[in-house]
Amino acid sequence: MAEVIVVTSGKGGVGKTTTSAAFGTGLAQRGKRTVVIDFDVGLRNLDLIMGVERRVVFDIVNVIQGEAKLNQALIRDKRVDTLAILPASQTRDKDALTKDGVRQIIEELSRDFDYILCDSPAGIEKGAMLALYFADQALIVTNPEVSSVRDSDRILGVLQSRSRRAEEKLGRVKEHLLVTRYDPARVERGEMLKLEDVQEILAIPLLGVVPESESVLRASNTGTPVILDAESIAGQAYKDAVDRFLGEDVPHRFLEPERKGLFRRLFGGRAA
Amino acid sequence: MRLLDLFRARKPAQASASAAKERLQIVLAHERIGRTREDFLPKLQQELVAVVARYVAIDPAKVAVNLERGGDMSTLEIEIELPGPQAMRLQAAASR
Repeated sequence: MAEVIVVTSGKGGVGKTTTSAAFGTGLAQRGKRTVVIDFDVGLRNLDLIMGVERRVVFDIVNVIQGEAKLNQALIRDKRVDTLAILPASQTRDKDALTKDGVRQIIEELSRDFDYILCDSPAGIEKGAMLALYFADQALIVTNPEVSSVRDSDRILGVLQSRSRRAEEKLGRVKEHLLVTRYDPARVERGEMLKLEDVQEILAIPLLGVVPESESVLRASNTGTPVILDAESIAGQAYKDAVDRFLGEDVPHRFLEPERKGLFRRLFGGRAA
Repeated sequence: MRLLDLFRARKPAQASASAAKERLQIVLAHERIGRTREDFLPKLQQELVAVVARYVAIDPAKVAVNLERGGDMSTLEIEIELPGPQAMRLQAAASR
């Protein structure tokens, strides 16, 4: 049986799709058979972030409505061979997703994959509810910013009351906190919520901290999951998070501001 | 520009992060309690106004409800403006 993981946050723009792409790729790099599903029907974007936008033929709605076989809609990644992507539809609306349809897809994928990553849309409407409904585990993507933390708290409440595990009393969805766009320099100046504050407020186990990094935009520009950029601090932070997820004891990095020498302060050089 | 920045005195830190934490803790404490039941305020307001209206003629537009959520204590403030003696006399005259 595959493990179903939802990547969710409530708030938009905090890094769900970036995380889904990076984390999914990371799991696959570790040899896990991994599929990433885009639940953002109407606003498909995972394909673009993962660089497979020109290979989309069928999508999740086609599969649910019986217009295509699951295997026809799955896109096999060319960089990591244990990785696949199931894109969202761009033309249909979110009502095209049904609980039974999603259940069937997840059951079928469970036979061939170890991990099924569900990239949730923002909000708490149908797409988001279906993305988290079948989850065994949840990656809660949170920025150190008040509205993001509040929305994460809200989503945690939804996971605890309206997921399949909650409804069928199968035990709690295992929650992981992933703090993204963390800027240690601003934290040090008292301008940004500290990691400890976010942890204290949300009170779920910390999986990783991804620092604010220019490499994330560069990765999305080129359609390369940022974890494949092994030089970048964001890529390394995602790799650490994947390793921790798989049970390794990896210390947290990039929590302190980088001390720049006079030369770098004069001539630039920003977070890679 | 960068060269100048080096010698410029650092502005005093604006510790807005602590304000963020405090505000979050208060709002989430309330939202977590409220998660299990629905928002009762509109109904409470309706019923209170109905009770007062049974005894005094009031203008529904002149009812103000305010809620201030605090860490240790919250205040629910309901302000109902009652008509003055002049308005009462006019009303009595009109109903005659």
